[in-house]
Amino acid sequence: MNDVHPPSAHQELMDRFLSQNRLFYGPDPLIIEDHRIGPRSAREAELLSQPVDPHQVNQVRGLVIAALDEGNTMIEQMGAAPGAKWGDLVVAIYTAAGDLSMIAPHGVVGFAACCHYPIKFILKYWTDEPTVGVREGDGFIHNDARYGGIHNTDQSMMMPLFWNGKLVAWLSATVHEGENGSCEPGGMPAAAESKFDEGLKMPPFKVVENFHIRRDLQTFLQNSVRDPKLQFEDMKVKLHAVLRLRERMLRILAEHGEEALIVTLRKNLEDVVEEVRRRIAELPDGTTRVVAFPDSTLRENVLLKLNMAITVKGDRMTIDMRGSSPEIINRSINTNLASFKTMLFTGYLQNIWPDLPQCMAVFTPLDFLFDANSLVHGSFDTPQAMSLIPLFKAMTIACIPMAKLGYMLPHRYTATVAPGYDQPATLIYGGLTQNGENVGNFCADINGMGQGGRAHRDGEHSVSPPFAAHCDLGEIELMEEEIPIVRLGAFTLTKDRVGFGKFRSGMGYEQIATFRRSGLWGFMTGCCGSLFSSSQPLFGGYGSPAYPLCKVKGIDIFEELKKNPEGIKFDIIDLMNRQPIRGATYSTHDMGMTFELAAPGELYMMCQGAGGGYGDVLLRDPVAVMTDIEEDLISHDTARDIYKVAFDPVSLIVDQEGTLRLRESERRARIARGVPFDAFVQDWVTPEPPAAVPFCGSWDDPAVIYGVHAGQRVKMAADKLAGMFMLNPKDVRIARLEQELKAARGDCTPSD
Amino acid sequence: MKVLVTENLRIDLDSESWECRHCGKVLIGARENYKRGLVVYDRDPRQIHKPLLDPVKFKLTFAPDPDWCRILEYYCPQCGTMMETEYLPPGHPPVRDIEFDIDALKAQWRHRPELSEAPVGREPPRRQSHDHSSHTPESRK
Repeated sequence: MNDVHPPSAHQELMDRFLSQNRLFYGPDPLIIEDHRIGPRSAREAELLSQPVDPHQVNQVRGLVIAALDEGNTMIEQMGAAPGAKWGDLVVAIYTAAGDLSMIAPHGVVGFAACCHYPIKFILKYWTDEPTVGVREGDGFIHNDARYGGIHNTDQSMMMPLFWNGKLVAWLSATVHEGENGSCEPGGMPAAAESKFDEGLKMPPFKVVENFHIRRDLQTFLQNSVRDPKLQFEDMKVKLHAVLRLRERMLRILAEHGEEALIVTLRKNLEDVVEEVRRRIAELPDGTTRVVAFPDSTLRENVLLKLNMAITVKGDRMTIDMRGSSPEIINRSINTNLASFKTMLFTGYLQNIWPDLPQCMAVFTPLDFLFDANSLVHGSFDTPQAMSLIPLFKAMTIACIPMAKLGYMLPHRYTATVAPGYDQPATLIYGGLTQNGENVGNFCADINGMGQGGRAHRDGEHSVSPPFAAHCDLGEIELMEEEIPIVRLGAFTLTKDRVGFGKFRSGMGYEQIATFRRSGLWGFMTGCCGSLFSSSQPLFGGYGSPAYPLCKVKGIDIFEELKKNPEGIKFDIIDLMNRQPIRGATYSTHDMGMTFELAAPGELYMMCQGAGGGYGDVLLRDPVAVMTDIEEDLISHDTARDIYKVAFDPVSLIVDQEGTLRLRESERRARIARGVPFDAFVQDWVTPEPPAAVPFCGSWDDPAVIYGVHAGQRVKMAADKLAGMFMLNPKDVRIARLEQELKAARGDCTPSD
Repeated sequence: MKVLVTENLRIDLDSESWECRHCGKVLIGARENYKRGLVVYDRDPRQIHKPLLDPVKFKLTFAPDPDWCRILEYYCPQCGTMMETEYLPPGHPPVRDIEFDIDALKAQWRHRPELSEAPVGREPPRRQSHDHSSHTPESRK
């Protein structure tokens, strides 16, 4: 009886009032949760109902791709961000409705699945907003991944393309800029405990009018970051790349007409949808599954389960991530579901269907299932600055279930490949350079990851990051001119740190860094995989090892080199085990290190990792094992113990019969030690995760989720997940030390 | 009709059974979890990814922590080929990684030719060399 039912006229008035007086245009779930291309516009429907000239479409597509490539190259040549120099960028074109149709052919492919979200936001909210509007000569900037994107280090410049007064397309340029004013330098703060620690959080807003950047807004942005030069230069670089692209598009419009461009952009999307449906339909109906376990929040070690099931039925594919870890409300490693889908997309286009046109339509036929408030579908209020932890896994783990669906096909779109290394294993840096400038960014070593083994050959060493096959390592000399980091012994492949297999993985390399000529400099690292192997194997191979962060502190390596130039070998294993520098402190740590100031000449050492191995080690050609020794990739012990090869240690000539005997003996030993599966499971499976391991995610039932909240294990229903709160690691350590102190003093000592 | 499913496994659609591709051993019915036809070993990861740093000096050594990570090795019970490996926390239920609709599979393969070897597939195009000559003004002339 207390229900109020206003008359319909009043209701309409109220609805209008509410729609016109919105308090805050936050991220729109209706936009961000829809990864599919939109329906045809009336104009597209009209044009596509008529005969389409495939030759003209092909010609226009070629011209557009060439123009995109030109824009991409312009940014690589002119960009100030380290990311721009190595190719961590993209230039793209969209339909008038904001569906991304094409990207530059050597741009970062992941951007093809996310750069459209902010444009859809602009179209929905700013077009008719009297204080904003969308007009010729406007340009919009954006970086907050909650409005669409990979992560907040990436900044975009988006521009509408008008022809005869009508909006016909959108153009954009996106670059991994790095520094964004976050609580740690470089834009990817592991220390962020709330989204307000993340630095710049730009929803799409207009920063360009009449083709010129508004200096007042640019000044505001420069004032919000550590590196105002970078912010200034790259806003201009992106704008001018987009303006060049605009010039090219105007020529295409003049030569071929707007109809040809509209048809080409839309048809490119629809053709891809049709092709992906066909590719799904040729897979077997069924479900394949994989689990992955990042082992760190970057503040503490925790096992964070990612649970993936891929189901094919006819021409539908569903990726089910339910059962994954809950979100963590005071750690920065959450991701929103649009960013997660974006990186799954990257994995498909890098490892599974690399021949497809790179556009958002690839995932249109796919459905997704997530638990709300999980690590991979984090709520908008969670910090997400180091979302790379789940996102890097997203780019690799689908290799395994997709290989199990696709291996049987009579033809392949690319070679079957085991997952590549999937950690952003690079030093992030910040401070004052030798040139007196404040900077914060990360090293290009992130691009040097080892590939997984393949069905027909070994993985490539240090080939690329999982997000872009075309990214480069950049020029070390150029880097050393601009920042005080000095590389000592870089690019040495990590001997014996391999994903072993019939076809071994590619390897990463050792990074040994120090700095000089700066009074204020520091490092951070944001990786997991120091306790639990990061890269997973395929078809009976082995994964990657675990990788620690190593430090040599309390010395100045430049002084030591003057004293003892012959005695120091820049090899992590040799330095740490032999400890040739007197008075130094040698230590290992997990690779989640928040920013710390260093002293000049101290060493920070880490590795780019190996991918997963492919196939049984006993099936590896013994001659290939000897080649690995010759190339100093593995030791003699590895050849004998892992690959079971008998050989002459001097000549490295394989003893074929001896190898056969060793391998046959190992096969017999396997059979003898193996336990039938059912009996094994009875003995192995525990009802809950190990008590001593902080574990987050499902165990035996995806509907029941374990977590760690304020230091205690909790259990939740998957459809009612609540964010977990982690204790401050320093508080935990202080409490442990106090306990130890109390025990050492004796129980009778009064507490503080 | 036999369908190749992995590097090591195939399904005989006529007899509806999983088989080892290396020795032909019939493992278990195709509608079952193939792992039930294999034998398993709980491997300490330090035996494969050996400590490269001195464990007396350092806790972290490049070897995974055996209290956090184990390797389940699945072997063919007849020929001893390692068919699959799984990296799991201790006690975690093994994943049922492949579960096909066998009736649909039969229908799908009715008109496909049988394969005895899997095709390799094309690799994506790559630059033939890694240099920066294309970045220099001279190369653009």
